[in-house]
Amino acid sequence: MGKTLAEKIWAEHVVRQADGEPDLIYIDLHLIHEVTSPQAFDGLRLAGRPVRRPDLTIATEDHNVPTLNIDKPIADPVSKLQVDTLRANCAEFGVRIHSLGDKDQGVVHVVGPQLGITQPGMTIVCGDSHTSTHGAFGALAFGIGTSEVEHVLATQTLPLQRPKTMAINVEGSLKPGVTSKDIILAIIAKIGTGGGQGYVIEYRGSAIRALSMESRMTVCNMSIEAGARAGLIAPDQTTFDYIKGKPHAPEDFDAAVAYWKTLFTDSDAKFDVEVDLNADDLEPFVTWGTNPGQGLPLNAVVPNPADFADSEQRTAAERALVYMGLEAGTPLKKIAIDTVFLGSCTNGRIEDLRAAAEILKGKKIASSLRMLVVPGSARVRLEAEAEGLDKVFLDAGAEWRNAGCSMCLGMNPDQLAVGERSASTSNRNFEGRQGKGGRTHLVSPLVAAATALRGTLSSPADL
Amino acid sequence: MEKFITHVGTGVPLRRSNVDTDQIIPAVYLKRVTRSGFEDGLFAAWRNDPEFVLNQPQFKSATVLVAGADFGTGSSREHAVWALQNYGFKVVISSRFADIFRGNSLKGGLLTIILDQAEVEAMWEAIEADPATPITVNLEERTVSYGSKSLPFAIDDYTRWRLMEGLDDIGLTLKQTDFIDSFEKKRPAYKPATLPIRS
Ligand code: SF4
Repeated sequence: MGKTLAEKIWAEHVVRQADGEPDLIYIDLHLIHEVTSPQAFDGLRLAGRPVRRPDLTIATEDHNVPTLNIDKPIADPVSKLQVDTLRANCAEFGVRIHSLGDKDQGVVHVVGPQLGITQPGMTIVCGDSHTSTHGAFGALAFGIGTSEVEHVLATQTLPLQRPKTMAINVEGSLKPGVTSKDIILAIIAKIGTGGGQGYVIEYRGSAIRALSMESRMTVCNMSIEAGARAGLIAPDQTTFDYIKGKPHAPEDFDAAVAYWKTLFTDSDAKFDVEVDLNADDLEPFVTWGTNPGQGLPLNAVVPNPADFADSEQRTAAERALVYMGLEAGTPLKKIAIDTVFLGSCTNGRIEDLRAAAEILKGKKIASSLRMLVVPGSARVRLEAEAEGLDKVFLDAGAEWRNAGCSMCLGMNPDQLAVGERSASTSNRNFEGRQGKGGRTHLVSPLVAAATALRGTLSSPADL
Repeated sequence: MEKFITHVGTGVPLRRSNVDTDQIIPAVYLKRVTRSGFEDGLFAAWRNDPEFVLNQPQFKSATVLVAGADFGTGSSREHAVWALQNYGFKVVISSRFADIFRGNSLKGGLLTIILDQAEVEAMWEAIEADPATPITVNLEERTVSYGSKSLPFAIDDYTRWRLMEGLDDIGLTLKQTDFIDSFEKKRPAYKPATLPIRS
């Protein structure tokens, strides 16, 4: 029987296999950032262990760095401590780092792909759950905890249980105004936040193949929100074209492409589970609750908890509506927004900024809200500025910031106030995620831009 | 890592499902660079509420957290495990755990046990009826017992052995260095490297 793509990559990275033990898997690339690495480096130091492969490791500052005044010392003492600790650790252990002010500083999952270090067939890990983003290149990429970070630093391997495989087939074509963000939000609403648990998801089908590389990253990014360990997409010409010319693209590009072309699921391979979704009838999606599975098409109304047959879901919906300050039956499009956040490793790449700028061009955002535009990396920021996108955002009344995770998780000063409501292109709408008491609606960049203009949740079609 | 063979303690009923890692330890506590002292951030948002179960005196010294379904979803932060351990928990029981959280907990020596939701609910009732109910977790026999009940739970042999030996993963893997060396010799040249820097 043939193998799935995930199984092929797995098999190519087994260092050691023994009965009753997890496979020891070789890691091709280890991305690190300031939040989940200090204790790992601390552990190495305590045990007197070196970093085995500094040349397969790269660090950037993203989670808690400020997006304003980045030429000044970081004001928040704890953020400063973490960033300083990362810099010192990288210097001590010989790890490449991209610090604030460097053009390759930015959200770790934006930096790998833009450098061309993320390539098909690799195993990629990072102490951050959205490492699944890199799966868009046909890599097996997943988030790990800090003790695993230490393990990879010390050994360049991880003992891992082989995951099960799930195929999500998305056939058809998206209507205008509908994006890959809507695909993944619809998938999560369909299979639930636990639906992918224990699986590596392979996204397949004509609607997925039609997506650009950056849109594919958005889909894979949120695999974790469906509970999956990783998500991936088989590489194709779109993938090869994207990598070509990037700083770390293979020198022998043809040899690499010849290998990359072997990376697909065999026609006789079997997935443990398959799920189908039709792209034709998808609408722009938005979340109404406090987990990413609580989402609906933008034309819907806030659901009534009583309508959920499952008691767990009903209770969760009740709690969510209280937290979100929403009444059942309210049309989602009537919900007024205070802050629009465009950014994050889900939707902070150049394509996302272009799409939003296209809508905002020559218009003004509603006076009732603020809009924060935070490029995923300094390189994205520079690229956007070269195209004049910064002017579009500024002229529309939005704020143009420096790169980082920013309001995606509110570890830096970019936070929601208590009760404040956001339309956010990020990936998590958990209670307090964007600031204590903040209320998050997850949306695509297009919906974010349309919402910014109208002041209430809106799709571009409403303009 | 401490060896885990059996543990006897009391439980605390956390009647909430989908407790994500942002609830277990909010992001603001992740700014530290040490490995200890995270207990003050555990369930920080809920601890302000005097009614919250962890604030009730009868559950103060509990070491077994009995939680609702889908415990540990969300961010992969391992601080969630440290916070639970720093606070004094040795075991978490739920009908479903998020994968990464479960992986993190078992690596770190916090035993996470999956029981049927009906059993979790029965346990909640028993603990609420008598917070002093002793709960015995026997990893060797893979059972959780309280009152007259003895419930089997599943854990793979390898993880069980490692927890019982108190072995950490890095030490185990470094014993396999020969395998890693020979794997690296066969690695294809077109695989990317971060050094030397190209830009
Ligand atoms: S942008 Fe958000 S999801 Fe992405 S790495 Fe940063 S905090 Fe995590």
